[in-house]
Amino acid sequence: MSIIVKNLGHVYHPGTPLETRSLCDISFELERGTWLSVAGHTGSGKSTLGQHLNGIIAPMEGTVTVDGMAVKEKGPDLREIRARVGLVFQYPEQQLFAETVYEEIAFAPRNWGTPEEEIDARVKEAARAAGLDESRLTRSPFQLSGGEKRKVAIASVLSSKPDYLVLDEPTAGLDSFSRRELADLLAGLKEGGMGIVLITHDLDIALSRSDAVLVLDGGREAALGTPAEVLARLEENPVPGLRLPDVAALSLLLRQRGRKAPVTWDWRELKNALFRSSK
Amino acid sequence: MKFFNHMTFGQYVPAESPVHGLDPRCKILVVLVILTGIFMAKHPAVFAAWGVLLAGLTLAARLPTKLVLGSAKPVLILALFTASIHIFFTKGEPLFSLGIINITSEGLVLALYMGLRLIFLVLFASFLTLTTRPMELADGLERLFSPFARFGFPAHELAMMMTIALRFIPTLLDETDRIMKAQLARGASFDRGGLWKRLKAFIPVLIPLFVIVFQRAEDLAVAMEARNYRGGAGRTRMNPLRWRGADTAALILVPLAVFILVYADRSLA
Ligand SMILES: Nc1ncnc2c1ncn2[C@@H]1O[C@H](COP(=O)(O)OP(=O)(O)OP(=O)(O)O)[C@@H](O)[C@H]1O
Ligand SMILES: [Mg+2]
Repeated sequence: MSIIVKNLGHVYHPGTPLETRSLCDISFELERGTWLSVAGHTGSGKSTLGQHLNGIIAPMEGTVTVDGMAVKEKGPDLREIRARVGLVFQYPEQQLFAETVYEEIAFAPRNWGTPEEEIDARVKEAARAAGLDESRLTRSPFQLSGGEKRKVAIASVLSSKPDYLVLDEPTAGLDSFSRRELADLLAGLKEGGMGIVLITHDLDIALSRSDAVLVLDGGREAALGTPAEVLARLEENPVPGLRLPDVAALSLLLRQRGRKAPVTWDWRELKNALFRSSK
Repeated sequence: MKFFNHMTFGQYVPAESPVHGLDPRCKILVVLVILTGIFMAKHPAVFAAWGVLLAGLTLAARLPTKLVLGSAKPVLILALFTASIHIFFTKGEPLFSLGIINITSEGLVLALYMGLRLIFLVLFASFLTLTTRPMELADGLERLFSPFARFGFPAHELAMMMTIALRFIPTLLDETDRIMKAQLARGASFDRGGLWKRLKAFIPVLIPLFVIVFQRAEDLAVAMEARNYRGGAGRTRMNPLRWRGADTAALILVPLAVFILVYADRSLA
């Protein structure tokens, strides 16, 4: 059970003066119960890739397969694919429309045909998982703070219990505490067997929390592998516009000055190595 | 999946061409003359001539043919509707009849012309927006209207409103597209069920869209005020309009050509 992406390519507005290639020859596999992070600078094709994973955009080059079902423009499998792959859009707080937070979270499971008696439990569970206080459920989503709106939007996707969850820059604009909270939530969902795709600018979270990292540069794969492999690769071939985490950058600098320092993003590891070598 | 192909919606398409280089005032006037001319077209030969002109203009503006033709898409339904009204309601010698419905040859001809006229109107008018930056267009309009400002006509305000509206059409289509995708991902469907169900499916799109529109309007107002915008009085231009020889030439030649076409139409009829 996995999402398989093979030689995926995409061009916006083909055949017009506004033609833009946004993806080129991307391949990877995401198993359930694993976490893949997709990083890259602005305009590198992350959102385009994310929207392919549940058939919001159909592949024009290459293929996307979800649990053996091919993603196509139209077809009997499309709804099933969308139900299995939850997608939290970039700025998801802009999709809110319902009168109460409760209704907002209940929207997706109702659409997928979840029986009415199950919905209440689903809504409460999703709200709790997303870190929303139950007192918020009766409020209007428009009266919440930006961060709370984001949580509502995430809960409104979690409530349909997808097998895979794709999040497009969910941490943008959140404080570091909420960011940590969100990462913990994703780790928990992953332990529960969900496949996670986290699209992010933030290499720190990508490297420290996920099982695999894909770095995009201009729609092409710049690096793909375990966090350690990807960091080593990025140190050799820096991707313009993508900053290494501070710890990794410092460690690299130390090595360039002839000190012994590990290839790492973890400040404890760097600290221990430095203390050891200075003794 | 793309719900709107707004590329065709008269959006400015940058290119280096003589048409792009003309002064917007010249283009607005010329297009007005052309539209009047098309309204008066009646003879098949004259319609053909307009078609040739259109092809010439497309070449001169270095625009892809598909793109230009695409701008007629939004009015296709209107054109068909107008045409069918003429088919069914024109009196004359019946070609054949179905019960109370008479189809006459006059009706057919009239329908064809009416449809063609509408489509030509839109196609020619779309050149204005395809080859002129919205900003230039508004500048041009403002300058054309400025003589009336003396009588209290809000030339600058109207031009500014137009610029903003034009500027935001593509943005709003993009936003609509994005929100529709986001709701699709949450299981909404816009193409299932009866009419009522389909209409209701748009509520989750329209509400966020309204929120965004008001938010944008407010942001824009604040941004304009923060940069000390206070209406037209005393404002200078970053890119002042420049009237060149080519503009004068176009302003003489095109009306002349239109006049000849209209004249030919009259004498052929
Ligand atoms: N609707 C669209 N029409 C035309 N071009 C688009 C569209 N959406 C994206 N693009 C272009 O495709 C490329 C990839 O865009 P994408 O949104 O996937 O980037 P991204 O990595 O998600 O960027 P960001 O970090 O800013 O969200 C960019 O060059 C962008 O300009
Ligand atoms: Mg993006």
